[in-house]
Amino acid sequence: MHLDLPLIWAGLLAFAVLAYVVLDGFDLGVGILFAVEHEDTTRDLMVNSIAPMWDGNETWLVLGGGGLFAVFPLAYATIMPALYPVIIAMLLALVFRGVAFEFRFRASSRRGRQAWDMAFFMGSAIAALCQGLALGGLLQGIRIENRAYAGGWWDWLTGFTILCGLAVVAGYALLGACWLIWRTEGPLQQRSRRHARSLGVVVLAFIAVVSLWTPMLNPTFAQRWFGWPGIVLTAPVPTLVALLAWGFWRGLSRKHDLTPFLCALGWFVLCFAGLGISMYPLIAPPSISIWQAAAPPASQGFLLAGAVVLLPIILAYTGYSYWLFRGKVGGETHYH
Amino acid sequence: MFTLDALHLARAQFAFTIVSHIVFPSLSIGLASYLTVLEALWLRTGRQVYLDLFQYWLKIFSIGFAMGVVSGVVMSYQFGTNWSAFSDKAGPIIGPLMGYEVLTAFFLEAGFLGVMLFGMRKVGRGLHFAATFLVALGTLISATWILSANSWMQTPAGYSIDADGRFIPEDWWAIIFNPSFFVRLPHMVLASYLSVAFLVGGVGAYHLLRDAQNRAARTMFSMALWMATFVAPAQIVVGDLHGLNTLAYQPAEIAAIEGDFETERGAPEILFGIPNMETQRTDYQIAIPYLGSLILTHRLDGEVPGLKHWPRADQPFSPLIFFTFRIMVGLGFLTAGVGLASLWFRRGEGLYRARWLQRLMVAMAPAGFIALLSGWVTTEVGRQPYTVYGLLRTADSVSPIGLPGVATSLASFVVVYLIVYAAGVMFLLRLMAKPPRPGEAGPAEGAPIHAAGLTPGLAVGEPQASAARE
Repeated sequence: MHLDLPLIWAGLLAFAVLAYVVLDGFDLGVGILFAVEHEDTTRDLMVNSIAPMWDGNETWLVLGGGGLFAVFPLAYATIMPALYPVIIAMLLALVFRGVAFEFRFRASSRRGRQAWDMAFFMGSAIAALCQGLALGGLLQGIRIENRAYAGGWWDWLTGFTILCGLAVVAGYALLGACWLIWRTEGPLQQRSRRHARSLGVVVLAFIAVVSLWTPMLNPTFAQRWFGWPGIVLTAPVPTLVALLAWGFWRGLSRKHDLTPFLCALGWFVLCFAGLGISMYPLIAPPSISIWQAAAPPASQGFLLAGAVVLLPIILAYTGYSYWLFRGKVGGETHYH
Repeated sequence: MFTLDALHLARAQFAFTIVSHIVFPSLSIGLASYLTVLEALWLRTGRQVYLDLFQYWLKIFSIGFAMGVVSGVVMSYQFGTNWSAFSDKAGPIIGPLMGYEVLTAFFLEAGFLGVMLFGMRKVGRGLHFAATFLVALGTLISATWILSANSWMQTPAGYSIDADGRFIPEDWWAIIFNPSFFVRLPHMVLASYLSVAFLVGGVGAYHLLRDAQNRAARTMFSMALWMATFVAPAQIVVGDLHGLNTLAYQPAEIAAIEGDFETERGAPEILFGIPNMETQRTDYQIAIPYLGSLILTHRLDGEVPGLKHWPRADQPFSPLIFFTFRIMVGLGFLTAGVGLASLWFRRGEGLYRARWLQRLMVAMAPAGFIALLSGWVTTEVGRQPYTVYGLLRTADSVSPIGLPGVATSLASFVVVYLIVYAAGVMFLLRLMAKPPRPGEAGPAEGAPIHAAGLTPGLAVGEPQASAARE
């Protein structure tokens, strides 16, 4: 039997990136919501709701980067230089945000604590913005000659990428608000419902504009979305987005804890599927396909053998850890 | 040598970020194993002092681990941003090794870190211990893969090179267990253990000098010195094997370390001098005849290579690694000496009364980390001018990023790391400056929500209470 290794790996890496986006998405979103939640005890509650998981969530980003390096080295070696300032800014933002988890509790003065709260907010927001910029930059295409990036410094900076950046910030904030609805109670939960209500509108607007803009970037994208037979695959996507929107607002009005979060996750999954439809089989548009970027079969096969065994195990113990820290935060002090 | 071009700035950036990073994984490797031992001792003996020490060092571990994670994410992307030609060519081999590191180690550590830090009250003792053990295991698995990748770059094996100049894996067994892997891995793991042993010993000594009766300080001081007694001499043996291995595979690096420019039999050992790459000689030498040959070949008349044997463009930069190597070796012998000397004080209360030994241990608290960094500088600079030794030049590995780009990102890294590291080190020192107390609180107590309504005494009662429920 012949295995199309690049195709399998493209699927696995897409899964890793999606896992990263939805998992770190909500915890970055909780950081972004520091913009509207100023009280110390509220912020503690917010951070505690994600403290046991953030590190595992961020590991999916390392898998995305490490995986790209391992199985599509040419894509890794061209996309990273093309998006150089964006990637560096994202990494630095994640540094600030990551240490702020520990440092904000250890700061001895009020001012020190506020400074690390600010680092947590700015780090989360800038990381989200950069991820959106990177996505936009990749979609609009990068210039490659002789197996190397051949474009300029600021090629990635366009109206489209800025739009994508803001869309991701809003999207993560929405996930964060929905997470807080699920995992907190009382006034914070009520306020999070309000945040989710307005963010939901903003995010849907972003989804609409980005979706209409993307096919205009590249004739192949347009052919995919509006030509035959692609339209059979693409038509259900906007329909499903609308269905989820109905579930989202219904869940919010009926004060469901989990439904809004699941619907918001659904939006992310659908947008991601839409991206896949646009890009496949390119990994670095407009010129490099997954087969051109692929590492030799000896590399892809070697890592795949481990990945098929290890990924289910990883999902199992990650799930166990989430289950262990289930329930409303702050609640446990009542029981002891 | 130090002209200001994009290549040198990219190298400076890699050096700066990796040096800042490696300290924290080393801390995590050593501390995770130490925490596993402490928790095992607590479970076995039920003695409170072990739980106190566990909680005390767990708080330090949580900060160190977070700093290791964030600086490590930077590393995983830096190959692509700054070393894209290397990534394209060596990616098929280095990539899967790092991929396995993520899949087998990073997820394991991240998955169980939450349980280890915050789970004392949520799971039983056995399960909590399992989490601690799995985190420690994760740090060791991580070290194994990354040392495999690094040692492959030093002593490449099991590959072929295709038309695009890419390294194609031919034999994964030969790649993973390449010729220098078996000396580099134990050398690094022992170095991490020793670094943490001297940190723990230094902190214990600091508190003993203030209160010689502090039980937890006594225990950690004694445990640290046992590590020094047994592990430091073992490290010298492993280090010697490493030196012989490097002589066999990278003789130019040995010549640069030794400051030897002439190839000769019965070579002297240069104790001190200033290697000069321009004049191709080591000035102001203080040397012991024949000792160089004896150390490197274990024979008096053995032939020792000199740098002049290689064209200037292929010579590693001796003036740096000549000194970093001596710092590492000097500290290595010092740690072993302290470990052996401590045996003398083991009778009765001697260890807790020997104030000069305690002062020495305070001074030597960073000794292991300094030796570890010196060792890494030696081996990485010693591999130059190659990234993949003898096959891929550093100059051919770099990204097509212009000088302003690399300069800006380097400056940003320096500024951000200075802020973050200054704060992190301050928080770590502040935690270490507090004496360990009976009923020491865990890391969750730092978070006000978890601590609400709980006194430290109550928190200590927790694990027993949860065990009783089982």
